[in-house]
Amino acid sequence: MVDVTDAAFVALTVVTVGGAITALEAREIIYGAVGLAASFFGVASLFFLLDSPFVAVFQITVYVGAVAVLVLFTVMLVREGRWFGDSMGPAARVAAVVTVVALVTSLVSSFIAAGLSTTSEQANAPSFVGIGQLLTGQYAPVLEVLALVLAASVLGALTLAKVDPPGEGDALAKAQAVDEREGS
Amino acid sequence: MTVALSDYLIVSALLFGVGVYGLVTKRNAMRLVFSVEILVNAANINFIAFNRFLWPSALGQTVVLFSIALAAAEAAVILAIVVVAYRVHDDVDVSELKTLKG
Repeated sequence: MVDVTDAAFVALTVVTVGGAITALEAREIIYGAVGLAASFFGVASLFFLLDSPFVAVFQITVYVGAVAVLVLFTVMLVREGRWFGDSMGPAARVAAVVTVVALVTSLVSSFIAAGLSTTSEQANAPSFVGIGQLLTGQYAPVLEVLALVLAASVLGALTLAKVDPPGEGDALAKAQAVDEREGS
Repeated sequence: MTVALSDYLIVSALLFGVGVYGLVTKRNAMRLVFSVEILVNAANINFIAFNRFLWPSALGQTVVLFSIALAAAEAAVILAIVVVAYRVHDDVDVSELKTLKG
């Protein structure tokens, strides 16, 4: 008899890791962006399985709702026909795969050797009352600073994305002019 | 069979492996952004899994909330840089972006 949680866990693992591989290996980068969103959604569902519904909803709101849409817009803005062959050569890729497989194997074997495969869940899951108390009490300054960081990063992103037209004498325009001279 | 702590850690390790693979083999700036986001997600799964299995407390979830918010801020800045690089260089291949090279 297969437990429902086990089946859900296996399915979510496939979605999460498969989505991540799609994100990196899909030929059209727009499909890669969709795979990345699927991977984010799988991670959020894993958070639900781990009895952390608040974090799961936050993950869906921020990653699937904001970051994935931002990535999709950027992909559409910078879209062009040169997406093919954006990897290193085959030798470098094989070396990377071998290294990563060795890394993951050593990690997994150390998890099993540490006896973590017999650890089962604690009886009482933390509730989000505790999260609220931490966010408004002990960690309220962190929340404030984080809000400032978020505002600063959005302002910085807006300033960066506003490229002045050439001839204004700023660094970006000079770089563009140099590029055009080299290109002609 | 119930899902044990090591199962979640294995998923996290697999995601980490995929992220590292992308980070070392891709030259397209967008794929690098994807890799970084995958790595952040792998780390967050670790946090929540250890929090649920070994030390149930709201602190672990709170830290992951902070981590997700920071990753969103970072994604906004990186994507703005990618757009600027594309406008200036007409390309997002990171091996071609040499303006800052000394």
